[in-house]
Amino acid sequence: MSVFLALIRRDVTLALRIGGGGLLGATFFLIVVLLMPLGVGPDPAGLARIAPGVLWAAALLACLLSLDRLLQADHEDGSLDQLALAPLPLEAAVLAKATAHWLTTATPLIAVAPALALTLNLPAPAYGALIAGLVIGTPALSLIGAVGAALTVGVRRGGLLLSVLVLPLYVPTLIFGARAADQAAHGLPAGPSLLFLGAVTLLALAISPFAAAAAIRVNLR
Amino acid sequence: MPVPPPFPPVDAPLELHGLACRRAGRLVFKDVSLRVAPGQAAVLRGPNGAGKSSLIRILAGLLPPAAGDARMGALSLRADPEGWRARVALAGHLDAVKPALSVRQNLLTWARLFGLRGAAARAAADGALERFDLARLADEPAHYCSAGQKRRLGLARLLVARRPLWLLDEPTVSLDARNAAEFARAVAEHCAAGGLAVAATHVEMGLPDGPVAVIAPHAPGGGEGPDASAAGDDPFLTGAWE
Repeated sequence: MSVFLALIRRDVTLALRIGGGGLLGATFFLIVVLLMPLGVGPDPAGLARIAPGVLWAAALLACLLSLDRLLQADHEDGSLDQLALAPLPLEAAVLAKATAHWLTTATPLIAVAPALALTLNLPAPAYGALIAGLVIGTPALSLIGAVGAALTVGVRRGGLLLSVLVLPLYVPTLIFGARAADQAAHGLPAGPSLLFLGAVTLLALAISPFAAAAAIRVNLR
Repeated sequence: MPVPPPFPPVDAPLELHGLACRRAGRLVFKDVSLRVAPGQAAVLRGPNGAGKSSLIRILAGLLPPAAGDARMGALSLRADPEGWRARVALAGHLDAVKPALSVRQNLLTWARLFGLRGAAARAAADGALERFDLARLADEPAHYCSAGQKRRLGLARLLVARRPLWLLDEPTVSLDARNAAEFARAVAEHCAAGGLAVAATHVEMGLPDGPVAVIAPHAPGGGEGPDASAAGDDPFLTGAWE
């Protein structure tokens, strides 16, 4: 357990030191969301209608931004070889790295999401469902992303391939996340969508550490 | 808080039996056998491309051997790769140094990742920095280290990993003569404490006495070409090199 925590601590420290870490993802999120009113026009009713979908799609893209370095940096400098020898199963190492990714990428997004929702005129009742959805749903983005990162770790400039692999797998999270906020905005219960969102995250939690560890083992050969 | 003993005592020799390596369908080497007693450092020699680095990766449990096995007493590389990996420390071509962290933080992080905690991790990291003459640089960002300093930092990780079997792949590359000799002394100390080492190297390192294995490149028909028998194993590779 102490090794698990040490790996999270290491990855968080590195993410905060290199390239602004989470701040960069949050800034990207901010810019993508603020581009929307410029593109679709400032009609408040129209913005309110698309707000949940825009926020979730932007969150997906911001998450994707830092994924290509999740394992590749460690692969390039030999750290991944050493991690494979550390007294921590590779599955647990993947979980630790995904946790660190979530802490440095998703938590800043969740923190700025309410302010951005305000700029998109998101109806007041939807705020709770939006934040709850982001908290429940974003771990799946880091976990599924870890599988994509593991598969493309040996590929030079694998970032684009990673996006192509991972974005389709983000669709369930996007649908249920945006739907929860949308339903709350219309005064409908968001609970069922949030439960589905949680199910997607739990499924990702159960499968992706094993899938990613298997992919890393092949890439270390 | 004292640093715990470096590793459980090794009472059995490291034995390699008929190891073979295959990469991309090509047989790199076969029938590599070697016996290294505790306290000995073995040297792997061979021309470029003979498979020395591949053998080091096989012994690290990162690359599965195409044939053969390695044993340390009851422990078998094939039967228990997880248990095997827990006994080895690797110093490869890459130093696994993070430029964004200071020299001390780099080593301290690895000490924690290899299972040391709190004061014991700090003591182990500081001891290793001292041993490899890096204490002076401890608080500098690793970004400003020279190639030789980075290499020493990578080698210092061997000490904080506290494993009985050291696997060294060209460890003295970019070290000056004095530091190379100092590293050879560190290997000798490791062996004197009951550890083992296997080093792939082209230069005479002055390691403690041990067996020398010459890896001959496997060349059917004298060429570097693929081995025809490989295609037989894998339906996807059939005819791939014709």
